[in-house]
Amino acid sequence: MKYNSVFDIIGPLMIGPSSSHTAGAARIGKAARNLLGSEPHWAKIHLYESFAKTYKGHGTDFALAGGLLGFETDDPRMNKALELAKARGLRIEFIEDTSAVSHPNTARLIIGNARDQVELVGVSIGGGKVEISELNGFELRLSGNHPAILVTHNDHFGAIASVTAILAKHKINIGHMEVNRKDLGEEALMVIETDQNVEELVLQELMKMQNILHVSMIVS
Amino acid sequence: MFRTVAELVELAEKENILISEVMIRQEMDAKEKTREAILSEMERNLDVMENAVEDSLKGVNSVTGLTGGDAVLIQEYMKNNTPLAGNVLLDAVSKAMGTNEVNAAMGTICATPTAGSAGVVPGTLFAVKNQLNPTRKQMVRYLFTAGAFGFVVANNAFISGAAGGCQAEVGSAAGMAAAAIVEMAGGTSQASADAFAMTLKNMLGLVCDPVAGLVEVPCVKRNAGGASLAIVSADMALAGVTSRIPCDEVIGAMYRIGKTMPSTLRETGEGGLAATPTGQLLKEKIFGSLA
Repeated sequence: MKYNSVFDIIGPLMIGPSSSHTAGAARIGKAARNLLGSEPHWAKIHLYESFAKTYKGHGTDFALAGGLLGFETDDPRMNKALELAKARGLRIEFIEDTSAVSHPNTARLIIGNARDQVELVGVSIGGGKVEISELNGFELRLSGNHPAILVTHNDHFGAIASVTAILAKHKINIGHMEVNRKDLGEEALMVIETDQNVEELVLQELMKMQNILHVSMIVS
Repeated sequence: MFRTVAELVELAEKENILISEVMIRQEMDAKEKTREAILSEMERNLDVMENAVEDSLKGVNSVTGLTGGDAVLIQEYMKNNTPLAGNVLLDAVSKAMGTNEVNAAMGTICATPTAGSAGVVPGTLFAVKNQLNPTRKQMVRYLFTAGAFGFVVANNAFISGAAGGCQAEVGSAAGMAAAAIVEMAGGTSQASADAFAMTLKNMLGLVCDPVAGLVEVPCVKRNAGGASLAIVSADMALAGVTSRIPCDEVIGAMYRIGKTMPSTLRETGEGGLAATPTGQLLKEKIFGSLA
């Protein structure tokens, strides 16, 4: 089922005016921040179609900035997020992109700091629900509403089994899982949606496994 | 686990429990959480709804200036006149519009089921409260009952204007409110289903045509329409009037109508009221000044 909780219907708590343009945008920004793993210093945000046409009137710009600052959808500082980002040294550039995309509410975020960089495409599908459709060049379908673990690994036998074994040991149930690779034997990405948030300890354990290159997490 | 309104009503009747109780138990199972955790999360949503209503009655204005202040006008009218529609109904209209004015002004709201339709459920709740005198617990239950019906619509049809027009958005919200009013007023589970069906039947075909693409015109006043229809349908169901077309079939009809609606009438701001000469003029004015 698309919606599995009463709080998908009565909720989320949010700053108006649009669950798609504001709450969804904040969740996309927050997902990007979580994947970077720390405060971004700069962000280039491409907005497409409806996002590009009406983002100023809907506050999509400040909501994306709020998400990048780690705000929840109902953070009262949300409509001051652009100023707050500036004060915290986060430079944000918005680009109204005319390229064709498959959903009208789409944003491409390229964010980074001195150490790392992350590029993702987020889609706001309605009622505050979002999907991440691309991450660092990998295509995927990740709903931002569930906790998820993202594991970059070498495309090598046993890599997937070693990860799922650790999750099983910690009694973590997998709701949805996808594996993508750029090419045979090259770098690959495991996307694992879980029912509960995963503890840091488990991530550290995953990180120590052979053929695992990077582990990050989206908290819900 | 229920998937349809028929299953929801059957579960409630078989166990002799309220629809809100069916929803609470399902949420406990699905999320593996305690009853207390779920009830307190919903109470937090209720608090936000209450604050939004209170804020709106102090008067709010949106950034664009398109909306704001109408909830207050209606409250003043009610103080100085005897409303033709009656106090409960007009109070619901005022509070539904007020919540949506807060939404348009980028205040804090609870999307129910979306931001554009966030006024109907709380607006009706805080209006019928004055007559039914519910406990805080019963007010929380009101939201679970509304949520149970929204849950069926979201999983079998849609709840967003972009997907299915405003019938999916304010239509769903109004049906959810009608069903919840019936439960709070002591009606049966089947009467809740009938109230939902009769409400949505009157919202079928409703287009989503926001001026300048913003959640302001006509959204705020459609929340007023949704709230009033919810109360009228709840009264009809409590009087014993039933829907000739079963609730699930009404939801199915709504889905098929939405599917065949042209995209100009699904939140693109390209058709309907958005395409009127005044709608176009407002769009130019707003985006000219914001650019």
